[in-house]
Amino acid sequence: MYHNKTLAELSAMLQAKEVSSVELTQYFLDRIKDKDGEINSFITVTEEQALAQAKAADERIAAGNAEALTGVPFAQKDIFCTEGVRSSCGSKMLDNFDSPYDATVVTKLKEAGAVMLGKTNMDEFAMGSSNETSFYGAVKNPWDLNKVPGGSSGGSAAAVAARLTPAATGTDTGGSIRQPASLCNLTGLKPTYGRVSRFGMIAFASSLDQAGPMARTAEDCALLMNAIAGFDEKDSTSIEKDVPDYTTDLNKSIKGLKIGLPKEFFGEGLDPEVAKSVEAAIEQYKAMGAEIVDISLPNSGLSVPVYYVVAPAECSSNLSRMDGVRFGHRCEEPKDLEDLYKRSRGEGFGEEVKRRILIGTYALSAGYYDAYYIKAQKLRRLISDDFKKAFEQCDVIMGPTSPNVAFNAGEKTDDPVSMYLSDIYTIAVNLAGLPGMSIPAGFAHDMPVGLQVIGNYFEESHLLNVAHAYQQETNWHDQCPKGFE
Amino acid sequence: MSLDAEQVKKIAHLARIEINEADIPGYAETLSSILDLVDQMSAVNTDNVEPMAHPMDASQRLREDVVTESNNRDNFQTVAPKTEDGLYLVPQVIE
Repeated sequence: MYHNKTLAELSAMLQAKEVSSVELTQYFLDRIKDKDGEINSFITVTEEQALAQAKAADERIAAGNAEALTGVPFAQKDIFCTEGVRSSCGSKMLDNFDSPYDATVVTKLKEAGAVMLGKTNMDEFAMGSSNETSFYGAVKNPWDLNKVPGGSSGGSAAAVAARLTPAATGTDTGGSIRQPASLCNLTGLKPTYGRVSRFGMIAFASSLDQAGPMARTAEDCALLMNAIAGFDEKDSTSIEKDVPDYTTDLNKSIKGLKIGLPKEFFGEGLDPEVAKSVEAAIEQYKAMGAEIVDISLPNSGLSVPVYYVVAPAECSSNLSRMDGVRFGHRCEEPKDLEDLYKRSRGEGFGEEVKRRILIGTYALSAGYYDAYYIKAQKLRRLISDDFKKAFEQCDVIMGPTSPNVAFNAGEKTDDPVSMYLSDIYTIAVNLAGLPGMSIPAGFAHDMPVGLQVIGNYFEESHLLNVAHAYQQETNWHDQCPKGFE
Repeated sequence: MSLDAEQVKKIAHLARIEINEADIPGYAETLSSILDLVDQMSAVNTDNVEPMAHPMDASQRLREDVVTESNNRDNFQTVAPKTEDGLYLVPQVIE
């Protein structure tokens, strides 16, 4: 029924008055009630608010001043501050935090008339690749309930894959949109750094974080991008650049497209079955008229070590605001100020968050700052320069999004470093600030495989076109997990 | 790179996070393994390379020094653990 329609199809149905937003919203709310117990993808369902937004949307549609997203239901990752609604970031620290203001992404989607079904589950403070670190419990992959959906936007990914919502917002600091998209058979886009406002998006690593759409198709992602992209005065890292209509170029021909394949993305550590699916996808692109260029990103092997200095360092700074003084969790009966800070933070943060704050604190501390943080920033420049050189020879870069398909719950929780290696192909893209997508490209071991497509700065339209072209010739993205049809 | 219990305690203090004595060895172990991962950075020579703080080397945007915000204290303090007369209350700081 409605849950198998894409966001674009639902938008058309609403405009044609074949269905009302209230009907659609109630439909998805009922479906969430019915099925979310199996996957735990929502932290907060905003039933009353959603129906009120839907009613207002129906009035706009009747009055003839609707936009593409008016009346369309979607879900917000719980990292975005939503006024009057719990904004937990997956953490006990913010379990009691009903945000007093809206993030810019939230405001923009409200202005577009989209209907927020609720806030999705996520790894705590966006730190994780499996959605197992959330205070609200792990999220299950709808494709196999024993397996992880990926992270940190695991709730958004699982909710869309289970068709509990046609689309959702995610955020990506080291792969947190692309990797769960890959593991759950979705299309996800991390825009160029600075393309989408970070105001009201709870900060993890300020030089890496970026918000983006997660849906089943490139077209749906384009519609969401139209609503959320753009300069924001309130975000000092927001780039002043016009926003194109991201749907305009979707159907352009990709004949002659030069696809760069970095040898480093096809080496050791990549599951051979995943490699097969990705290679088949690239053959498909060749059949569509693309040319392959062999390239190298020689410093990309250092992405993971560099990231695990830069991101924890930035997070140790960003999370210092969680101090129990002005908002969030405060410990009982603090003896003095130091006790208030230490116990509030010790109680409010989970293990992985504490680990990363400690690593970051160490890397920034006196005597270690040059050896760790500055060294990492220098390597960051080398990694970024590799991409600049590569883009002189090709238009887009492709490879697997993840070295593996979804793994079993609990499999990597005892070994943080093995978990970190899940992001081996995605991290360099954040370090360089480039836009990147993951699109469904087949199955391996009966689980989804994602193809990563990386573009040059601000080339989101082009990436969406490249993704859309593939989705016209294949139907991986239409596949539905058993039990959620 | 290996961290001992004393170093873990010192870092925890800098980060103002309380860690139970019993958990310190576990933290020392996982933090050390992360630092082993990070030590791979030393393999590459970065002499004469400029550190990169921003993906596009953008610099901080500036604006006119005029008032643009309004007083939202009451709204923002609705989420505070303890307040009085518009002030945030904490255990006594000054003797």
